[in-house]
Amino acid sequence: MTMFLWICVGILSFSLVGFLYRLMKGPSTPDRVIALDSIGVGLITLVGLFSILFDSPFFLEVILLLAIIAYIGTVAFSKFTEKGVIIENDRDTHK
Amino acid sequence: MKSNDLILQTSTRVVFFIIFLFSIHIFFAGHYTPGGGFVGGLLMASAIVLLLLAYDFKTVKEVLPFNYLGMTAIGMLIALTTAAGSLVFNVPFFTHWYDYFDFPLLGKTSIHTAMFFDIGVYLVVVGITLTIIEMIGGDS
Repeated sequence: MTMFLWICVGILSFSLVGFLYRLMKGPSTPDRVIALDSIGVGLITLVGLFSILFDSPFFLEVILLLAIIAYIGTVAFSKFTEKGVIIENDRDTHK
Repeated sequence: MKSNDLILQTSTRVVFFIIFLFSIHIFFAGHYTPGGGFVGGLLMASAIVLLLLAYDFKTVKEVLPFNYLGMTAIGMLIALTTAAGSLVFNVPFFTHWYDYFDFPLLGKTSIHTAMFFDIGVYLVVVGITLTIIEMIGGDS
């Protein structure tokens, strides 16, 4: 079982390396944003696997926290690429 | 061109309450498990930031009419009062105290004065984070 979990950790680390390649090489900004979001999901799965490996339930809050932060970060980045402003003052009078 | 953020706004209405409840949970769980006032306050601030992303400053100001600088001051006041309250009982500064109480809905619950200090930390973190975001983002 432990061997299986370590194999999963290895595969996930390889996928994180792939996401990092896309993050460095990505020709456009949305490629990099999606790569960052996927790195967040990969980190969530890694934390889950390590919480099984260390036999401790205390990492489970980190998973939800990472998911929330990755979501908010991705929304902020995509709003910036779409509108050029992250938080508007007044949506109705904004052009 | 008027942008249409229907999916973002509808999902924000659900996700905001999930983050809010998780923030409350992580605040009250801080005594026995990881968490506490700082992480809970940051999560609450990020929930309000999500509202700000989906809507705008004017709408969020109408929905949550808080003065965030005042919230910071009240948090500091609560934390300092909890710390200084121990001086009244002739014990050193910052001495905490706890006892068990019977509440009508919750049953036998322990109240620790460290929780009130943590409420102060929570309010200070929420207030400072949102003050910074309002100062940077909200140029009229």
